[in-house]
Amino acid sequence: MIATAFSAELLSRLAPTSGHDAFARDLLVLPMLLPLAAACLSVLSSSLLWRRTLMLGATVLLVAVSGWLLLMADLGHVLVYRLGNWPVPVAIVLSLDRLSALLLLLTAVVATGSAWAALRGDDQHGPHFHAAFLLLIAGVNGAFLAGDLFNLFVSFELLLIASYGLLVFGATPTRVRSGVHYVVLNLVGSSIFLVGIGMLYSVTGTLNLAELAQRVALLDAPSAAFARSGALLLFVVFALKAALVPFSFWLPAAYSAASPPVAALFAILTKVGVYAIVRMHTFVVGTDAGHSADLYGDWLWPMALLTVGFGALAAVGTRSVRRLQSALLVMSVGTMLASMAIGSEAGLAAGLFYLVHSTIAAAAMFLIAALSEQRDTPRRWTGLLFFAGAVAVAGLPPLSGFLGKVLILQALPVDGRLPVMWTVVLGSSLLAVIALSRRGAALFWGAVEAPETPTLPRISEPRSARRAPLSRVPPTALLLVLVVLTVGAGTLSNYTHRTAQQLLAPGHIRSQILNTPGGR
Amino acid sequence: MNLLLASAIAVLIGSGAYLVLRARLFTVLLGLMLIGYGVNLFLLAMGRVRVLVPPIIRDAGGPYADPLPQALVLTAIVIGFGMTAFLLALAVRSRAVFGSDHVDGLADAPP
Repeated sequence: MIATAFSAELLSRLAPTSGHDAFARDLLVLPMLLPLAAACLSVLSSSLLWRRTLMLGATVLLVAVSGWLLLMADLGHVLVYRLGNWPVPVAIVLSLDRLSALLLLLTAVVATGSAWAALRGDDQHGPHFHAAFLLLIAGVNGAFLAGDLFNLFVSFELLLIASYGLLVFGATPTRVRSGVHYVVLNLVGSSIFLVGIGMLYSVTGTLNLAELAQRVALLDAPSAAFARSGALLLFVVFALKAALVPFSFWLPAAYSAASPPVAALFAILTKVGVYAIVRMHTFVVGTDAGHSADLYGDWLWPMALLTVGFGALAAVGTRSVRRLQSALLVMSVGTMLASMAIGSEAGLAAGLFYLVHSTIAAAAMFLIAALSEQRDTPRRWTGLLFFAGAVAVAGLPPLSGFLGKVLILQALPVDGRLPVMWTVVLGSSLLAVIALSRRGAALFWGAVEAPETPTLPRISEPRSARRAPLSRVPPTALLLVLVVLTVGAGTLSNYTHRTAQQLLAPGHIRSQILNTPGGR
Repeated sequence: MNLLLASAIAVLIGSGAYLVLRARLFTVLLGLMLIGYGVNLFLLAMGRVRVLVPPIIRDAGGPYADPLPQALVLTAIVIGFGMTAFLLALAVRSRAVFGSDHVDGLADAPP
């Protein structure tokens, strides 16, 4: 009650009168600028303490900034920042709607958790961990804010090159091997991205997403065929990032090799792919795109379902906790995209709800997986954490993953897709529970089979055993965020519904972006 | 002109794809570079190739070349350069760790 009154008061204070609006628009660069500046400072610094302060300080500040931007975006306006103050179709724009704001906040929360977890010693193998960490966040935030296709590409490259460095950080043989595969795969992906951008540009003559969407809808049949090929090439690239089958086979190897805080941070990387797919799917080649209408619809649904199946089978078939969690991450991406592919407002909203939950749960579980592989720490608390994390990632009650899956199942229209989706979601949940309980029993009771396999990557041990209890704090904090999400599920679900409404009226967003006043 | 450009792109990307599918990191690196060049040419071609025409719209009107793809290609070249340097460093590291140039870090087959 007090909270509602407080937030109403807050909203009325922050209401977009013209002055505040301009202020909010200027704040829009902060999610990119803040981590970039902190990264530059951290490269220059030689003190570990200072670099750690920069990393943690920037992520905590980002939580505050993103939270405020979320409140602003929830007023229903699309905030547009024009870089270089050019008028709109010419300027490179950053735009913020409810979807971008939600993902910005999610990124900041996950990044804070991983930055905190990195303090236990994973950042000490070399000097530039913190800079790469911050650059990755800048790239991710840039991708969520990008209002044009080429800026999206540049943000992708920024986050990719930072992720290459973070993945092989510490350079164990496993990390180098999976790092090479990851880099080569993504370089090919970037080439395809450029080809796709070129094809769309050649027939529409623009890269601004809003203008692109308008012009794609007006293309005649032969040009539209060309644009469709370009858009589908982009779909391949985004599916590679989001790890949709058949582009998901790299993920378990790469994520299980990375150090635990890096793997936790990477939980957000697949969501960049998901975001790009949703953005293209609803905004550029949505239902109102003329000859290219609903281009991704035919592919998204079957690919998402196959991804769920692949993730569930991979989860059951592995003996390493980290690989298990990577497989479950793939599974969760499939689940949320299957829900979003339904095309209804309820499906989109449920998918977004599950996205928020599953990303935080996955980040927590990557940290817990690393803890549970250490034999020397006290096992009882780690065991309890593993149990709580398993409940969260499997989507069991009482945590918010269960609510997410219920929302997804409720959102289905009564047609041929209903039995398929019920079977896949419930079956995959069952397989996840089986895999997690088997792994948990093996790890903590030593009952089922020998837990560790020789192929496990070497865990970077903390420098002092004294810090071991502290390393349980970040995953606990992330799980507490999930508890908050469960308690505040109504608020989040209402927000995702409003987000879905906004996404399904793309014409409104387009006109708001294109009619932004100002410029030379 | 168009035929020449199209075949140049095709040859670059075709040989690049062939090289990327080899099992040696050095050839993979060369292949990625070739693909990068092919893609840059492709981007340039997507802005319609005009010869001897300035990339600005003059007051008097008249023909002009689209400057945007050139800007894109410039950015793509810079990014590709950085990526290639990183992959090269990683390949050297991989060679040091595994003692072979194989993409999976496998030992060299006996001759």
